[in-house]
Amino acid sequence: MGVVAEALVWLTDAANWSGTAGIPNRVYEHVRISVFTVMCAAALAIPVGMAIGHTGKGRFLVVTLSNVGRAIPSFAILGLALPIAIKLNLGLGFWPTFIALFALAIPPILTNTYIGVAGVDRDLVEAARGMGMGNRQILRRLEMRLAAPVVMVGLRTASVEVVATATLAAIVAGGGLGRYIIDGFAVRDDARILGGAILVAILAIFTELFMGGVERLARPRTSS
Amino acid sequence: MGEPHIRLVDVVKQFPNSQSLAVDHLNLEIEEGETAVLVGPSGCGKTTTMKMINRLVEPTSGQIYVDGRDVMEQDPVQLRRGIGYVIQTIGLMPHRTIAQNIATVPELLGWEDSRVKSRVTELAGMLELSIELLSRYPSELSGGQRQRVGVARALAADPPVMLMDEPFGAVDPIVRARLQDQFLDIQDRLRKTIVFVTHDIDEAIKMADRIAILNVGGILEQYDSPKEILRNPANDFVREFLGSERGLKRLALIKVSEIEVEEGPVVAPGEPVQKAFEVMESSGSTWTSVVEDGELLGWVDRQALEGKARVSDAPAQKFSAFVTADSSLREALDSLITSETQVAAVVWEGQRYRGVLNLERISREILA
Repeated sequence: MGVVAEALVWLTDAANWSGTAGIPNRVYEHVRISVFTVMCAAALAIPVGMAIGHTGKGRFLVVTLSNVGRAIPSFAILGLALPIAIKLNLGLGFWPTFIALFALAIPPILTNTYIGVAGVDRDLVEAARGMGMGNRQILRRLEMRLAAPVVMVGLRTASVEVVATATLAAIVAGGGLGRYIIDGFAVRDDARILGGAILVAILAIFTELFMGGVERLARPRTSS
Repeated sequence: MGEPHIRLVDVVKQFPNSQSLAVDHLNLEIEEGETAVLVGPSGCGKTTTMKMINRLVEPTSGQIYVDGRDVMEQDPVQLRRGIGYVIQTIGLMPHRTIAQNIATVPELLGWEDSRVKSRVTELAGMLELSIELLSRYPSELSGGQRQRVGVARALAADPPVMLMDEPFGAVDPIVRARLQDQFLDIQDRLRKTIVFVTHDIDEAIKMADRIAILNVGGILEQYDSPKEILRNPANDFVREFLGSERGLKRLALIKVSEIEVEEGPVVAPGEPVQKAFEVMESSGSTWTSVVEDGELLGWVDRQALEGKARVSDAPAQKFSAFVTADSSLREALDSLITSETQVAAVVWEGQRYRGVLNLERISREILA
């Protein structure tokens, strides 16, 4: 029997669909840390990106952060985050992974938010200001609305990267779908490795499609 | 006249990182209901000057008063809501319908929905925007329609002051002329105090009650009515900026009703031919107008009257050139030089005879 067929057998084995080590629970763990991380990253990166895009101050920060963020592999951040998490008594698993994924999610969200807001036609902003809109109104009614699709692209990129990379959690004794891959390696169970990899891939594709849909909803209407 | 509606006192603007001044000790007074056009080459500070009035740009020194109040002592956001603002690129919000765009300032001011709605409909009528357009989005409109929406939006909360930065700049000349005429009509009724920026001297002459001609570095070269500037340019810069055809441009601003026209030779149709000959004799011409109870019937010449008893026995010829009280002298000149007689009959409403106009009379006006 080939390894693909073995993987399919593994995926359809009822024994793998229940309990703590079962697929539903691992998917849940995987999604939980991914959603939590992206939400935290968005909560920080969107307001900062908007402020920088609106005022034009701090562009340097965006460029540097996104370049550095892309240059350092998540694996290295995980290596750095582990001793920090241990020192802070946050334990293994969740928090070290969170730090690594958070660092991964920030650059795309921050960069896209900045680009989206800064890319709003300056004449449009000036006309709005000239009519008596305050900074907050310009941000809320104009820049946020028009930047929304670009911000959503950043969120989509971040989400897909985070879902794919959350696999690393297993290295630091965390949960999620990475467990199948790491444990499969440990016991030389190729079916389990491939089964886990297939599940991660499916989840990442699903995330991509889902966020694409959200992105379309966020696009402001500009024709009747 | 009391306090001018807008007053600039010794206004200076120097941008950071710039050695030279953008606006140099500018003094300007704009009366209520007047259209003041700021015109000049690029770098003359005309747009900067305009933007200092609603504080989009803050002056380096000097004071600006709107309605007698120093703009620097007012909240900029509140100040701007009371001043209409139109820019060349218009800046309509692409994600809002035309109605929503027009309603921008009334909404900021917290008007009730029903009041906003009726105001939007009223403005659509005023600017000849059809009602169906109101539910469309800016990307679905033509350039000329968008410019009109821009003007409607600036007028929405009925501000006493309007700032307009090349508001008709982004459309072709035919549409521009139509928008200008339409706006002049509206301004005739509304009498807003308008600061209008353009680089086009012909647009300035057409739109302005007074023109401020600015030179590079924000120096005011002349501030006067279009007629006066054309008649008497302050210096070589102004003369050069006005361009060629200065005389013709000025004629375009003078209406026939504003000048005295000669009555010319006139007889009634019932009078004897002898009387017509006397009239021609005394005016040194070979023809005479035929007027009955103030209505112009035409003209007859000596040849046609020969051997006749009364003036009415000879058929009156139609004048080939006609001008009315509302015609400009430029139009009058055009009909004169394209007619055979080189004399135009001047008529008031209908065919009420007023007199005659010839080239000599018009050239006297050019030289005045």
